[in-house]
Amino acid sequence: MRKIYHRIDNIAGNVIILQAQDVSYGELAAVAGTRGTSLAQVIRLEGDRVYLQVFAGSRGIPTDAQVRFLGRGMTTSFSENLLGRIFDGAGRPRDRGPEIRENPTPLGGPPVNPVRRVIPRNMVRTGIPMIDVFNTLVESQKLPIFSVAGEPYNQLLARIALQAEVDVIILGGMGLKYDDYLFFRDHLEEHGALSRAVLYVHTAADPTVEALLVPDICLAVAEQFALSGKRVLALLTDMTNFADAMKEIAITMEQIPSSRGYPGDLYSQLAARYEKAVDFDGAGSITILAVTTMPGDDVTHPVPDNTGYITEGQFYLRGGRIEPFGSLSRLKQQVNGKTRSDHRTIMNTMIQLFAAYRETLEKQAMGFRMSAWDRKLLKYGRRFESEMMDLSVNLPLEKALDLGWAILADCFAPEETGVQTALIEAYWPGEDGPGAEGSGADGSAPEELADAAAAADA
Amino acid sequence: MSENVGRVIGVNGNMLTVEFFRPVFQNEMAFAAVGEERLKAEVIRVRGRYADLQVFEDTRGLSVGDKVDFSGELLSVQLGPGLLTQVFDGLQNPLPALAERTGFFLQRGLYLDALDMNRRWAFTPEARPGDTLLAGQPLGSVPEGIFRHRIMVPFGLTGRLTLTEILPEGEYTVRERVALLTDEAGREHEALMMQTWPVKIPIRAYAERLRPQKPLSTKIRIIDTFCPVAVGGVYCTPGPFGAGKTVLQQITSRHADVDVVIICACGERAGEVVETIREFPKLSDPRTGKSLMERTCIVCNTSSMPVAAREASVYTAVTMAEYYRQMGLHVLLLADSTSRWAQALREMSGRLEEIPGEEAFPAYLESVIAAFYERGGLVRLHGGGVGSVTIGGTVSPAGGNFEEPVTQATLKVVGAFHGLSRARSDARRYPAIDPLESWSKYDPVAPREQVALGDGFLRRSAEIGQMMKVVGEEGTSMEDFVVHLKGEYLDAVYLQQDAYDPVDGATSEERQRHVFDRLQRILLTEMDFPDKGEARAFFQRLTQATRDWNRAAMDNPQFAALEERIMQMAAQVTRYA
Repeated sequence: MRKIYHRIDNIAGNVIILQAQDVSYGELAAVAGTRGTSLAQVIRLEGDRVYLQVFAGSRGIPTDAQVRFLGRGMTTSFSENLLGRIFDGAGRPRDRGPEIRENPTPLGGPPVNPVRRVIPRNMVRTGIPMIDVFNTLVESQKLPIFSVAGEPYNQLLARIALQAEVDVIILGGMGLKYDDYLFFRDHLEEHGALSRAVLYVHTAADPTVEALLVPDICLAVAEQFALSGKRVLALLTDMTNFADAMKEIAITMEQIPSSRGYPGDLYSQLAARYEKAVDFDGAGSITILAVTTMPGDDVTHPVPDNTGYITEGQFYLRGGRIEPFGSLSRLKQQVNGKTRSDHRTIMNTMIQLFAAYRETLEKQAMGFRMSAWDRKLLKYGRRFESEMMDLSVNLPLEKALDLGWAILADCFAPEETGVQTALIEAYWPGEDGPGAEGSGADGSAPEELADAAAAADA
Repeated sequence: MSENVGRVIGVNGNMLTVEFFRPVFQNEMAFAAVGEERLKAEVIRVRGRYADLQVFEDTRGLSVGDKVDFSGELLSVQLGPGLLTQVFDGLQNPLPALAERTGFFLQRGLYLDALDMNRRWAFTPEARPGDTLLAGQPLGSVPEGIFRHRIMVPFGLTGRLTLTEILPEGEYTVRERVALLTDEAGREHEALMMQTWPVKIPIRAYAERLRPQKPLSTKIRIIDTFCPVAVGGVYCTPGPFGAGKTVLQQITSRHADVDVVIICACGERAGEVVETIREFPKLSDPRTGKSLMERTCIVCNTSSMPVAAREASVYTAVTMAEYYRQMGLHVLLLADSTSRWAQALREMSGRLEEIPGEEAFPAYLESVIAAFYERGGLVRLHGGGVGSVTIGGTVSPAGGNFEEPVTQATLKVVGAFHGLSRARSDARRYPAIDPLESWSKYDPVAPREQVALGDGFLRRSAEIGQMMKVVGEEGTSMEDFVVHLKGEYLDAVYLQQDAYDPVDGATSEERQRHVFDRLQRILLTEMDFPDKGEARAFFQRLTQATRDWNRAAMDNPQFAALEERIMQMAAQVTRYA
């Protein structure tokens, strides 16, 4: 029989301290306060003093609260029956369904042995040209969406979740607005994807500390699905809230903050979660797509900054579009050589021309005279923005590449694009585009297009 | 060592506070028992009867009162034949062997020997009984892949030693006693085929340190010509995320003109290591024709592995580098990224509640970084021959800002600085080393005055480019405009390099000298153009031709033909006053 303690020495923030014996680090305890029982976890041992992080928050915990240690660490249950279910941040059902108690799986399991990983090799098709064509998502990739409050990042996540060819979708919400939670639920249900999804949603109204559990629960469950050979897509929104919850605890524990109040181990903590993305040698895979909102649109803020060093690229979502500059999929080279022979060329050419378009826009804004080449770029840029970048565009990769050629052919003469002759012959649609006056870009390498444009102007 | 057992009295993250009853020493290894598992830990502070230990594993499940065994040893690595081609974690556990034991995941508390204890190596004695030897001098050798791996007098012995016994030629395991030595006081010492050495102590069994002078050819033009690295030198590569630090290191690890490469992936993505692990065995080393893996050893403590082991991993790697240096080999150690290592120090310092320095890094950060880079160097060995350890560390500054403590502490102690810039990587100008910000104290492969000239053009060109943004092309003089174009040309055809092209990807020293000499002539040519459009068009054609030249192998007749054409193009626009 386990001892019950009922004398709490210290309550600060969401951490309580009491005297207890035979307690192990990371062990769970049930704390019964005036507002019901909450789980708590041991986060520090100091002689007989035990520090407990209370998941439901310390509000309403009396100094004589009953504390019972459970003799086990944090676990979550795993079974096929999870599919189609919705839970809260601590793993309790949110959908009035029965509790699931099978196969308790410890959270934050050991790291994967690097020699048992394989080089990522499968593309994840999303139907979004800005991803499929320009920054291909790859199975087992970990990729954050860098965005600011107000951008449709959750809509984007939901769309990718619906269209990606994966076996299981696991959604983890941290500090999610209740409306957004309902949006995800309804959206997945309407499109019939709820049956292959598991949702762990911590809303902004729930106790902050519970947000800390969400990524661990999601990824522990994802790992079990992956080990059974499933291809899993884990969506985490929003990791900045997770980091903020960590900051809160660190400050309560009087840890020395490193930058803007975040604990010194922010990088390791984030990495421990993101590194769960994996393609197992001989089993399934986990792909992680996360949202990181950047306070003040500042990418040097500790959360996006540390994230950028950990993840394999990032998508910038700005003005309702995935920004082509800055967005990067570090793994795209692993797959985009195998899709279609023109994929890489279209990817590079269109972006370089779009860069030239942006420069022309600046020139236009400053009141410089527009040359014929500038006008072509303006036409191109507008078509690119409305037909490729717009998030409502939904095209399979091949169609998107064809559309790319069509836009190029509509705006430019073949030699103005700097595309190598062999590909022009193979893919350039029908008749040549409108005449190519004033171009100096005869066969020059694509990098010089911007210069060529200026030369044409001179 | 007799049993020295302590008792856990506190757990805070990966830090244990342990009460001890018999003497312990700083940095002593200890094992904390949790159930059946024994977790490796290291003493990092002693206060009264209490020692603070950093644990190299997850500490979940430890309780107050658990037993801690002090081992009486420092954190050490095994040194002997069989290290090359291996993949180790930060504590020198062989990862492939761990995978065989535990499958997909790394289980805590499982430690394996770094060396294969059963494998037999063909030993050939080189010293004879009666010889007088110093620590680090060869006793014999065994073949290890492409090398003759020397078996040496243990590094820890001091004074002159007389060899009394040595094994005859034959096949032995690494645990075999190959020799017996007598020191000046008449004490006997054993020499095994393998040695163990504490990672935090540099191996000093050499005659003297020499000044690094010879350039180390990395085959990357912007490095070798503009910010060179010397054999036995140390350099750092800071850069914001996505600027190509890791790619640059991967290219260096393939092409660098050294005998052994030790890659230390310290707190970075596992994916990057996987690429090296899977690709290297398939790539062939141009120097030997054998697989690149035969000269490579990987130490990999990725970001999700325990933090304390991350701190140890760079020391594990540098100790193995020093070991191969002792055999008269030139070793390149690439550490990616030293910022993660510094962060590991910061995490521990925070747990110890030390008074923080800048950005919460500990006050001793600078001296720790300096001590690490000082382990690089060129040395003359006892009994002739030289060996070297060249260290290249990447730095991942927060927010890409080079003013942060780790970058600044590193800059003080390195001989070359390759600063990567976001602007260059966004413009797809790879490798994204900023030629204006980077510097080197070592000698370049090309003559210094030529390099200074090229550098001058780059600087002028950048200034003019800035000016042109304000006054427009119309407001720029023709003379300035041409200087700008020349600078851009040098950038496009020399600084930028296509890593994926088989010829352009690796430019030999000889070729760099040759090409740079020709480019220098073009830069010095006074040119005349009717207008700016014409000038720009000329340089576009010249760039195109020179890039083709870059892609032609030097022994290919095309190489000479293209060179001829380029020089002719330059001659056509020359101003004849």
